[in-house]
Amino acid sequence: MLFMKTKFLIIILLIFNINLSANENIGIDTKIFKNLRCLVCQGQTIAESNSDFAQTIKIVVRDKISQGSNEKEIYEFLSEKYGEWIVYKPKFNYINSLLWISPYIVLILGGYLIFKYFRKRRQ
Amino acid sequence: MKVSFLKIISFCLVIFTIIVFFIALNIDKRYSTENIIGKKIDNFKIKFLSHDQNFENKDLSNDKYHLINIWASWCLPCKKEHPILMKLSNEDNLNLIGINFKDKKKNANNFLKDLGNPYNVILSDTDGTSSISFGVFGVPETILINEKHIVIKKFIGPLDTNDYKNILNVIYEN
Repeated sequence: MLFMKTKFLIIILLIFNINLSANENIGIDTKIFKNLRCLVCQGQTIAESNSDFAQTIKIVVRDKISQGSNEKEIYEFLSEKYGEWIVYKPKFNYINSLLWISPYIVLILGGYLIFKYFRKRRQ
Repeated sequence: MKVSFLKIISFCLVIFTIIVFFIALNIDKRYSTENIIGKKIDNFKIKFLSHDQNFENKDLSNDKYHLINIWASWCLPCKKEHPILMKLSNEDNLNLIGINFKDKKKNANNFLKDLGNPYNVILSDTDGTSSISFGVFGVPETILINEKHIVIKKFIGPLDTNDYKNILNVIYEN
């Protein structure tokens, strides 16, 4: 019985391990494509688009990866050429700080209001 | 009159939402070229159209303005701007560099044979990847750089008579 359980556990671990490695194999290139905006398309990422522009950007990103550039360097290179608009995830700077901080402010405020509401109800 | 805390918070949230929407809806989401202007052009290495040797940024002279024009034989607006480029080719203070974009060599040569060759140097970017260094996403696009290889102006779309005047103003200003 114990042998069966161990065998089952090993199989489960193997499956999860394969799944995890498959996720890793999705690759940095796809991750970058999904975070880049296709400038000539309507609301599509570079990953989704088959436009000429998207195909060229895909080649450039893959070339940059093979030359040893990391994700941040690729975003910086493309932002320098096409503006920050090309990257979906905005950089944290003083203009974008409100965008980054506001969800946390709303979360804390909302939590406080819910807490206050329940305390009042209990009283 | 006592105003409840909840009302103040709700009012602040409404104001905050309006401000966020106002700012977000007023951001210009179009492709802009302002990032590239005022910066030195990147190092590049692009093949000549006529042979397999490369042209590099260090091959650009330091005594003239350079006009980098990205064009293709399949591009109709490129035909439209071609007379302007022909006129600009007469300017001594301007070096015209044509980058043939995602095109076939034979078609590019036929295009220049029919309409005239305004370029001092003709390069070929068959897969379009080299043009990314100039922030290009289509044809025609034209970049004016000074003798220090700093981008002065970028023109998206075909050049017109106003652009022609602008280019002349810049190159004869100094």
